[in-house]
Amino acid sequence: MTAVGIKTRVIGAPIDRLDGPDKVKGSAPYAFEQSVDRPAYLYPLQATIVTGRITGLDGGAATAEPGVLALLTHANALRLAVSDGLEPAILQSDEVAFCGQFVGGVIAETPEIARHAASLVRVEYEERAHDVVLRPDGPDLFAPEGLADGSEPDTSRGDVDAALASAAVTLDATYSTAMNHNNPMEPHATIAIWTDGGLTLHCASQGVHWIRAYLAPLLGLDAERIRVISPYVGGGFGSKVYLHADLILAVMAARLVAGRPVKLALTRQQMFFQVGYRPPTIQRIRLAADGGRLTAIAHDVVEQTSKVKVVGVLPGLEVCHYAEPAAVPTRTMYAAPNRRTTHRVAALDVPPPTIMRGPGETPGMYALESAMDEMAIACGLDPIEFRIRNEPDVDPESGLPYSSRHLVACLREGARRFGWERRDPTPRSRRDRGWLVGSGVAASTFPTVRLPGSAAKIRIDPGGRYVVSIGAADMGTGARTALAQIAADALGVALEDVELQIGDTALPTASTAGASAGITSWGSAIFEAARRLRARLDADGPGLMQSAGLEVTAEMPDNPHAARFSMHAFGAQFAEVRVREDTGEVRVPRLLGVFDAGRIINPKTARSQLLGGMTMGLSMALHEDSVLDPRFGQVANHDFAEYHIATNADAGAIEAYWLDGEDPYTNPMGSKGIGEIGIVGTAAAIANAVHHATGIRVRDLPITLDKLLR
Amino acid sequence: MDVEVTLTVDGKKHQLVVDTRTTLLDALRERLGIISPKKGCDHGQCGACTVLLDGRRANSCLALAVAHQEAQIVTAGGLADGEDLHPMQRSFIKHDAFQCGYCTPGQIVSAVAMLREADAGWPSTATRDLNADTVALDDEEIRERMSGNLCRCAAYANIVPAIAEVARG
Repeated sequence: MTAVGIKTRVIGAPIDRLDGPDKVKGSAPYAFEQSVDRPAYLYPLQATIVTGRITGLDGGAATAEPGVLALLTHANALRLAVSDGLEPAILQSDEVAFCGQFVGGVIAETPEIARHAASLVRVEYEERAHDVVLRPDGPDLFAPEGLADGSEPDTSRGDVDAALASAAVTLDATYSTAMNHNNPMEPHATIAIWTDGGLTLHCASQGVHWIRAYLAPLLGLDAERIRVISPYVGGGFGSKVYLHADLILAVMAARLVAGRPVKLALTRQQMFFQVGYRPPTIQRIRLAADGGRLTAIAHDVVEQTSKVKVVGVLPGLEVCHYAEPAAVPTRTMYAAPNRRTTHRVAALDVPPPTIMRGPGETPGMYALESAMDEMAIACGLDPIEFRIRNEPDVDPESGLPYSSRHLVACLREGARRFGWERRDPTPRSRRDRGWLVGSGVAASTFPTVRLPGSAAKIRIDPGGRYVVSIGAADMGTGARTALAQIAADALGVALEDVELQIGDTALPTASTAGASAGITSWGSAIFEAARRLRARLDADGPGLMQSAGLEVTAEMPDNPHAARFSMHAFGAQFAEVRVREDTGEVRVPRLLGVFDAGRIINPKTARSQLLGGMTMGLSMALHEDSVLDPRFGQVANHDFAEYHIATNADAGAIEAYWLDGEDPYTNPMGSKGIGEIGIVGTAAAIANAVHHATGIRVRDLPITLDKLLR
Repeated sequence: MDVEVTLTVDGKKHQLVVDTRTTLLDALRERLGIISPKKGCDHGQCGACTVLLDGRRANSCLALAVAHQEAQIVTAGGLADGEDLHPMQRSFIKHDAFQCGYCTPGQIVSAVAMLREADAGWPSTATRDLNADTVALDDEEIRERMSGNLCRCAAYANIVPAIAEVARG
């Protein structure tokens, strides 16, 4: 088998995770577990009001406690090169912008002393009125500067209103999604160490280089004086991409006890205030169709953001209101001559949202794919047939051809595996011992992204092994293993001859693990470095052992096809649900997904990514709901006891498959990206199955039993 | 207040002085440098800190070190004999029953203890015959008995077959 550029031997093999033995023993060191000398511990102080200012802060009792080293407040905090109103710009004044915002911290010899002393600090405030409630018609809605993926807030083609007025069948429905918190199992953690030479940070990060790039100007330091190290990351799902305030708090605290490492791990409760979340959305979808073909698609989104801006991750959006690109998938999914998407945000007195797995696509495709199900029924068509009839020949908004698009094949293969043809389409037609049984389908999509700014170095060590280094991250994706596989094939050597180094700014620069872009971005850089190394070796003739010390660094090349094609992964998701007739309890005994994700580098770890995404989609559909208390401006259910994420008992049989093949244009491996496609569409498939089971259309996630008891 | 405690962890005896507020989890991680049990919630809600405490699985974040004088503790690190992994650990790798790895040591300790509980005939809410001497560990039993260990990567669909394979012997 050949990929676009090379003979594949290790690529495509189900290799066990290379860090498996360390992870099953627990010996892989995460950020807080890095061994440091004489650590001090930081416990944060959080604002107990929503908005206002601090009028008094009494730390006398705290600093009198034996073992307390320092009290950090806005009075003695390091001045940053930015003012208020930016997520990491904490302790720059007496202002409070949202409930739970950091207002200080206590540094002590032990975590017990720090936490107790923090409880002794008395803070007085002057409160102002606040607004934390997202309303579809709020007076202060505005179009954001740009969406989190860099795209335009609004697009429009043709005349949607005229098409709606003249079509045989129309749909006008509003869907809403809940605030969800990423909640990686490893809470965000930092160890900060100031020395004369600069700053060293051990932190849980999806991208050490980008964190350093944002941090350096805030601190007024040359980037070379900051080293960020993050070899193992206990999940992130987006929360460990942005520069959040907890890292800054640790940096500020360490400045007060210079020379001593300061350790800060957020508690699970603090995670609900500090490290981003998927914002709630209200999405109105209007569809028009004649003869089962869509003539108009409109997707208008109202969503939450914060008055506090984030340090953005894309060029041009360095400081911005976070704006979830929820209607962006609608721009590429289905053909229709008249189409419109809009995004309006409400900047509230809440913590800033940031990205969570499949930002935009995940909430947006719940709405669109629910609407497609409703419209299929209204047109009297099977929902798979309805989607196939509206499959576009080219990207409907950009007009570009797809580098590859096999959504129809995913739908057909999924239907075959799932047994779709046996389904009676009549809602509420199947009962089994007190349970209503139904099935549903939805499509998935996620763009194939190449993030800028990656380089890879390959050095031949004295033993003849190839040391491949790149400051990339493996937050559980399997990137460590997949990149080694890519390096092995690109070099034409055995996997055992490759040693991969990641997670350190001392290694060549790399983009962040986000947008499912890791393999495309880092893999392309490694591929290029390998190509150059092989050229050098070929030029020098045989004799590898004489080549020890040979080193090549290469930047990720531009993709010459980038402007010519629209590049996306696709998928089809099927769900079987059982709804208890007397209680409304929903169970999902079976999920099945078939994906078009280009070449799969490692079938074992890829399958896990897809299964994990689908399960997180189930969790979003049925369980996850951060309930914002309008009086206190905080998430009332801010821990794992009350913010329910899917447990083992919530997951039934879950199957993930993919179409064989490769994309000829995405990257040298022919891959697309699998980190997010698995969660996109799952919630809609479940909601559609709930409708099939019960006849009740739930347009508001999560689907809890109160919404099914009539 | 400081108190001296003796803990045996993974076969090695440790004497240390702890603050009476120190949890067993923090004593292991911050005082002894034993990082195999993880801190995911510090409230007994996630299971990442699961250890065998005198032979039974326990959330070490909910235990105070001072209350476990002379305790015998086994972490996932202690289930392995150096490079020689426990069968449950090998099965987790084979089935790719983890991704980020942060909940994994807790999952594995929990799974090992859970098999012993089932062997001893302890029922769960998924057990149909409460009077049976032994429990057959079907998928539903495994899911129920492992639901105290959260996995945000959601490797559940691989964790269940990984455990089932070991349970079958």
